[in-house]
Amino acid sequence: MFTGFFYKLKEARLPVSLREYLTLLDAVGQGVAGYAVEDFYYLARATLIKDERHLDRFDQVFGAHFKGLDGLADGMEGITAEIPEDWLRKLAEKFLTEAEKAEIGALGGWDKLMETLKQRLEEQKGRHQGGNKWIGTAGTSPFGAYGYNPEGVRIGQDTSRHRRAVKVWDRREFRNLDDSVEIGTRNIKVALRRLRKWARTGAADELDLPGTISSTARQGWLDVQMRPERHNAVKVLMLFDIGGSMDDHVKVCEELFSAVRTEFKHLEYYYFHNCPYEGLWKDNARRRTEQVPTLDVINTYGPDYKLVIVGDATMSPYEITYPGGSVEHWNAEAGAVWLQRLLDRFPHAVWINPQPEDGWGYYGSVGILHKLMSGRMYPLTLAGLDRMTGELNR
Amino acid sequence: MKFQGTERYVATGDLMVAVNAAITLQRPLLVKGEPGTGKTVLAEEIAKSLGKNLITWSIKSTTRAQQGLYEYDAVSRLRDSQLGDERVHDIANYIVKGKLWEAFEADDAPVLLIDEIDKADIEFPNDLLGELDRMEFYVYETQKMVRAVNRPIVIITSNNEKELPDAFLRRCFFHYIRFPDPQTMMQIVDVHFPGIHKRLVAEALNLFYDVRDVAGLKKKPSTSELLDWLKLLMAEDLPPEALRAKDAKTAVPPLHGALLKNEQDVHLFERLAFMARREGR
Repeated sequence: MFTGFFYKLKEARLPVSLREYLTLLDAVGQGVAGYAVEDFYYLARATLIKDERHLDRFDQVFGAHFKGLDGLADGMEGITAEIPEDWLRKLAEKFLTEAEKAEIGALGGWDKLMETLKQRLEEQKGRHQGGNKWIGTAGTSPFGAYGYNPEGVRIGQDTSRHRRAVKVWDRREFRNLDDSVEIGTRNIKVALRRLRKWARTGAADELDLPGTISSTARQGWLDVQMRPERHNAVKVLMLFDIGGSMDDHVKVCEELFSAVRTEFKHLEYYYFHNCPYEGLWKDNARRRTEQVPTLDVINTYGPDYKLVIVGDATMSPYEITYPGGSVEHWNAEAGAVWLQRLLDRFPHAVWINPQPEDGWGYYGSVGILHKLMSGRMYPLTLAGLDRMTGELNR
Repeated sequence: MKFQGTERYVATGDLMVAVNAAITLQRPLLVKGEPGTGKTVLAEEIAKSLGKNLITWSIKSTTRAQQGLYEYDAVSRLRDSQLGDERVHDIANYIVKGKLWEAFEADDAPVLLIDEIDKADIEFPNDLLGELDRMEFYVYETQKMVRAVNRPIVIITSNNEKELPDAFLRRCFFHYIRFPDPQTMMQIVDVHFPGIHKRLVAEALNLFYDVRDVAGLKKKPSTSELLDWLKLLMAEDLPPEALRAKDAKTAVPPLHGALLKNEQDVHLFERLAFMARREGR
């Protein structure tokens, strides 16, 4: 019945299963959704989507698949595109004359400008009603191939009459819950929690009931057994790339660091620049004087530590592959050799890269490190951290 | 048997569809959302509006799935055996029923609330898969099968502290309670404080959404905090004008203790107020 829709959801890489699809059909068969499209949308959402991070993507697929079902009623089939603000600025430059711009500058800024732009757009809509729904003439529109409809511009117009025409799913209210977007200390903590490994160590201060029973049965008298409480026993060694190109990612790295600090009891961290060589350091102010030999780090921490390297991995390939390639000092052995030593010591190792994943292909060095890590490089997004914890837990 | 919201609980259209789907198909409903948006209250209201009993099973980090089914009270039996009690010969005397058993056994199918399932161990939901699916389980000690007479309506809440396993999710309906928009919020306030001054509500809501919009708050105030705050405002009998005073001196909202639960947030507010005052001078 809705097979096409189901496969589109699959294509959008939403984790929907046959079982949920059958449940949906069952529910529709039993008349839960009634005959309103909106109720069907709610039902499909409750049945197929189990994670608020996927709601936005679901809304998009639903909108694309069922377009026209409801839209015919109000005679407007729109393509709702996401429009970056700077495009709008460009558009505004086209629509407004120099005099108007000066006037707006005097009137008070961008908000006012958007207001005027909105008016302009509405006028424009009126003028083009004779069949042509595109705004602007070919070649001058900054929107290129994208279709455009004033509904797509969300300029804080929640209460305007425009809202009427926007379908529930087209409002995309769950946009910021998509998991590749928002990242914060708490979110990171939640992602890292999957790394927990419970172990009982320390003072025995908890009654072990099954132990007491079996031991009592064996002894013939009441033999109370105690055991230690459970603690998170996962051990993590983190290496942070610092300075240079990492300056762009300082904020997100700080968030990661503060989350990691509170989440793991056994956490060791060191800094390096671009690529780990023979020395690491704990304090950036004294990095020249107080370096710890990497060999000492390797020998200090056992292979049960999980190694997490955080770095953008963008550098000249020589810094990894050649002796003496480092930008800061003369290194007798190549970075790749040192990295390999670390990897040999710590079988559970990953590389977190704050660069967006789709940009990795543009840097040769990222490719080299990706290969050195045998593919265990993940972007610093919630989804990436999830994949990372999955890998570390194997 | 349809859930329509109650006079104490405003249900949005999508929530009603999700609840009714769960009731009709007799599957669990998983509810997520910001803390304080009424996840737990939902189960109470469903029970009330359908005239059913509510059985609440609150989950803690130490809760195990078995506790929801039954527990074998070995310690009492050990004690009874030493005292020579007759009960000791029948093991069934020492089987303590859990919440799930209670719900399965009831004559009129109750509403079973499994509250904050994410607090428990990662494996917890997996251990309940079959029990929630087929609504039956086996008691090994007495070699008896316990089967639900009538399938209870199961509501599960989660605060998203842990991911739930896919196999578990596939068996549930899911609803994410979004933060209500101002209109819905008006209705919610109306339902809770019918007599409240219209203007006071309008001013309070404005202020409330302003506070929510302040960037950098550790914990944004939610519906339940708003309701507490309004209760306080009414108790203090503040005039609506007191809330509207937008001048710099009162940039921290009156009785803000109910809205801001975090020392750093209050501090942030005071700093903003200070900056506003300096600009005003």
